[in-house]
Amino acid sequence: MNRKLLTVITEQALERQLIRCVMEAGARGYTITEARGQGQRGLRSADFETGCNIRLEVICEETVARQISTRLHRDYFQDFAMVLYLEDVEVLRPEKFDASGHQ
Amino acid sequence: MQLDPVILFFVLGFGAGLLRAEMRLPSAVYELLTVILLLSIGLKGGVELAEADLLQILPRLGTVLIMGIVLGLLAFGLLRLSRALPRSDAAAIAAHYGSVSVGTYAVAVAFLDTVGVAYEAYSAAFVVVLEVPAILLGIILVRGLRPQNGWSDVLHEVFLGKGVVLLLGGLFIGLLVGRQGISDLEPLFIDAFKGFLALFLLEMGLVAASQSGAIRRHGTFLLLFALGFPLLGAVVGAVFAWLMAMSLGGALLMAVLGASASYIAAPAAMRLSVPEANPGLSLTASLAITFPFNVLVGVPLYYAVLSAVYPGAGG
Repeated sequence: MNRKLLTVITEQALERQLIRCVMEAGARGYTITEARGQGQRGLRSADFETGCNIRLEVICEETVARQISTRLHRDYFQDFAMVLYLEDVEVLRPEKFDASGHQ
Repeated sequence: MQLDPVILFFVLGFGAGLLRAEMRLPSAVYELLTVILLLSIGLKGGVELAEADLLQILPRLGTVLIMGIVLGLLAFGLLRLSRALPRSDAAAIAAHYGSVSVGTYAVAVAFLDTVGVAYEAYSAAFVVVLEVPAILLGIILVRGLRPQNGWSDVLHEVFLGKGVVLLLGGLFIGLLVGRQGISDLEPLFIDAFKGFLALFLLEMGLVAASQSGAIRRHGTFLLLFALGFPLLGAVVGAVFAWLMAMSLGGALLMAVLGASASYIAAPAAMRLSVPEANPGLSLTASLAITFPFNVLVGVPLYYAVLSAVYPGAGG
């Protein structure tokens, strides 16, 4: 069964806002890891707290994923370093990732 | 004058960083060092508060709050007058310079211990008070009373950042248990203070060196501001110390608080609430220019000037 995997790589400063956005959209959970790398907005070395990046992953239904990405696009793309992408993923227990309101 | 070994650790870190040496403290270690330094300064201040007349000190917190606003407005005014930066960048930098750096304060404390000059350790409470007003001022200067993502996250960032929480926590613990009570903790928090500070400065040297490439990118104006404003801030701090009839040691701490710029609380808060401001500008200024300047030149310089001119310094 297919679900969407939404991955967001962005500044650590946004962690709390991101979590709120994801949960409000109806996702059941998320995973956050620290990230390093380089992009359009410069090198993110992750060794000093303000320069640190995070990588947030959410597996959810497509509608939820679209809702999250629309909101993040609207609120943060202009001023923050943010990379966001969606993938189709095959999961073993699809109902585990479905929006809480749908059951 | 005797070279302070603590400062040499900063020089070591900075030099190693410039040469791209393979050296880095793990970030968890850096976190721990900050926690220990904040608690040490808080505890020491709390112990002194326990012995002081609180009614005499409380009004001083209000005076220091005003100092934070004065510093922020001064920085903002100067930056706007120069017309070199847009309003949002000027406000973000003003928030950094009106707020304070605990690391610089710790260096000044170590300096006073080395030269054997007494100081008001309860000034740690001033550090807490100074962290806040300039950040709020910076936000209001750009956003009015409605910041980008609402007040709740910003206030959370400002009042529940580790600086405020740990300093306040240390102050309260020290105040509650007094000098006798913390004697068991002294080996870690008081005696080993300089050792932790040395390690902290080693890492700060590495960080400052890694940011120093950005100085060229941001041009001479930022460099001049980041070197010039600390001098002005030091004068403001010293004047406020004089208004509060503090000792020479206390005046140095206040001068250093006035001269220093935040690199922990302010960047996080400004990033959230004034996201269009370039975070590279303010962080480069405070971390790569002002912090090294204060540590290497500022602290001894302010002390030399104060011991010559500060009333009651006996110079």
